[in-house]
Amino acid sequence: MMTTATAPGAHAAPRPGLAARIAGRAGGGLIQVFLILIGLFWLLPTLGLLVVSIRDETDNNASGWWTFFTKPAQLTFENYTNLLSSGFTSSFWNTVWITVPSTVLVIGIAAMAGYAFAWIEFPGRDLVFLVVVGLLVVPIQIALIPIAKLYGFLGIFGSIPGVVLFHVAFGLPFAIFLLRNFFVGIPRELLEAARMDGAGEWKIFSTVVFPLAKPAVASLGIFQFLWVWNDLLIALVFADTENQPMTKALQSQMRQFGTNVDILAPGAFLSLIVPLILFFAFQRYFVRGLLAGSVK
Amino acid sequence: MTDPLDGRGDPRDGDDAVRGAAPPATDPPRPTAPARLGPSPALAVSFLLPAAVLLGALVMYPIAYSVVRSLYDAGGDGFVGLENYTAIFTDPDTLVTIRNNVIWVVVAPIVVTVIGLIFAVLTERIRWGTAFKLVVFMPMAVSLLASGVIFRLVYEQDPDRGVANAVITTVADVFRSNTGYPGARPRENDLAPATVADGAVVLRQPTQPGQSVLFPLVGLNRESLPADETPAAGAPARPGEITGTVWLDFTPGSPGAVNTIDSAEKGLGGVSVEAVAGGKVAGTAVTEPNGTFAITGLAPGSYTVRLPAANFEAPFNGLTWLGPTLITPAIIGAYIWVWAGFAMVLIAAGLAAIPRDALEAARIDGATEWQVFRKITVPLLSPVLLVVFVTMIINVLKVFDLVFIIAPGSVQPDANVIALEMWRVSFGGGGNQGLGSALAIFLLVLVLPFMFFNVRRFRREQ
Repeated sequence: MMTTATAPGAHAAPRPGLAARIAGRAGGGLIQVFLILIGLFWLLPTLGLLVVSIRDETDNNASGWWTFFTKPAQLTFENYTNLLSSGFTSSFWNTVWITVPSTVLVIGIAAMAGYAFAWIEFPGRDLVFLVVVGLLVVPIQIALIPIAKLYGFLGIFGSIPGVVLFHVAFGLPFAIFLLRNFFVGIPRELLEAARMDGAGEWKIFSTVVFPLAKPAVASLGIFQFLWVWNDLLIALVFADTENQPMTKALQSQMRQFGTNVDILAPGAFLSLIVPLILFFAFQRYFVRGLLAGSVK
Repeated sequence: MTDPLDGRGDPRDGDDAVRGAAPPATDPPRPTAPARLGPSPALAVSFLLPAAVLLGALVMYPIAYSVVRSLYDAGGDGFVGLENYTAIFTDPDTLVTIRNNVIWVVVAPIVVTVIGLIFAVLTERIRWGTAFKLVVFMPMAVSLLASGVIFRLVYEQDPDRGVANAVITTVADVFRSNTGYPGARPRENDLAPATVADGAVVLRQPTQPGQSVLFPLVGLNRESLPADETPAAGAPARPGEITGTVWLDFTPGSPGAVNTIDSAEKGLGGVSVEAVAGGKVAGTAVTEPNGTFAITGLAPGSYTVRLPAANFEAPFNGLTWLGPTLITPAIIGAYIWVWAGFAMVLIAAGLAAIPRDALEAARIDGATEWQVFRKITVPLLSPVLLVVFVTMIINVLKVFDLVFIIAPGSVQPDANVIALEMWRVSFGGGGNQGLGSALAIFLLVLVLPFMFFNVRRFRREQ
């Protein structure tokens, strides 16, 4: 039955199929070429930064970075050694001391709140959560002046804890949104069973729900980490010179762009090494975070 | 562990990935649910407290504070009502920022979305789609400061340093054979037969057909002349034609007679010559390598002979990306480089969720690929496209880092946007936190419609 039914179709198929396949292969070749060009177009600027960062200042002034393809001998790590001996390392560590606590705190605080929104019933829960959804898009500019005043009053203006708190507060809406949406997908039975066994909410949260949420926590973690690591505006306003992260340290060099590419290029490249490693290692979680919260 | 950038991961994976965007419809509020095992609402307070304190103190309170602060003057002592807001809409500097934000909002989100769509659709058809997505997506992980530094290098004016102008001048040189003689000019004295008018070199005396004229020029470096320039020659007079010679009237190392052709002097080839009568060009010619030219086909009469200004313009040296006119398009270009990957990944995820059967059925029915794309793919993708588009608008309204980093200080007023102006007037030396607060509120008001869009979308998905 089946064979007789499909036989005519199988006979008829090759004729349009062949033409389409030839056209498709030619088109496929064009698409390949086009996408290779686009890919180069996307790689080239970053490659340029890398090459500029490992060329001598005089070489950079004299010729384009692409000439290194013909004269690879001119490469040197001198820019990096100069940069690292000039105190840039301290801003690297400032970036770390700002980013790690901001990420950990956001995960912890948002997981608790997300749990409450997902699994504890309280009056006005849905409305409060909608407020959180609304806060997702609030521009940070709105808080710069008021929090500068507040931090002045509290005596933490310019300090790393101040910068961290700001990042945590503005990371929370996205974090709560992401984790709550993950938590509500956890089967109700798991929680009911734990409650039956007499486990308290803290215990359920820490031993059942949070461990199950590892993928979501990973997404959130990488996202928040990159967001804080790459921030410039918050550091610009709230970090003193001694507490400034790499982004602010580099920004202060921008004014003499033409004359200190030998500082800016290696600095910018160092600042993007850690995000790139994280990105390639954890890109699946990064993409999930984006898909889950494409609103910010 | 499949790769989410490859939109076709295993089904569980996809389910995970879209969970946030479209959460399963569990847990509708159930007022009638038995309270037997459920935790008490009071417990919710302890779970919510840290988040509530931070959001209240550092996000909600600042909104209220900014509203009030925006009604006071620069120092915060005098109440000025809505003056800061009227200043936003009357001050020429802030009007430029608003104009720039309008350009950004009109151009960037649509371009990013369309490019993301094209990439997402095309990568489905190649084997190395995942690699391509990684490359295009990579700038998302990099700080906007680093991206800004990267594009400052790309946009450098000197074609020997900036890759954008290097490419453009290389392409342009292919289409331009005549390089011109920038800097060439007649001698500035009354004996010189020609003088400069509006950039063109014009003979002082009117000329009739049958005459031979001389254009002695100086101001060129002999070494910079093309190698094929031959010694200048005199042009014999011929009836009905204006003939003449354009040459470099300079003999190195020897005095050389002024305004006459010496044997060591070189002709200038490729120079265009015009004979003008009554304001109209009556005839043209181009000089030979030995500098001679002959304008033929002229009616008897009196003509002004000139070398148009185009002969003396500097060669094309690329675009001034970081100048006042191109700065905003240049920064938008960098923005697209950063964000196209975001749009592509989101749209690719939506594309992976489209039932293959629908597409295949249409193809079997004889629909062309373009028809499938227009009539099936795009309509089915429209929710994702809308999300990408709206996310980009919100993001573009707040654009700050790229403008701040890429625009050189002197061009920043031309590239300025609201978010940058807010920082500038409040912290970057402006010293006017009243106006700064008003700008922040203005920014908040601009994103409000999209805030409601998100809230509505979220409620519908519940």
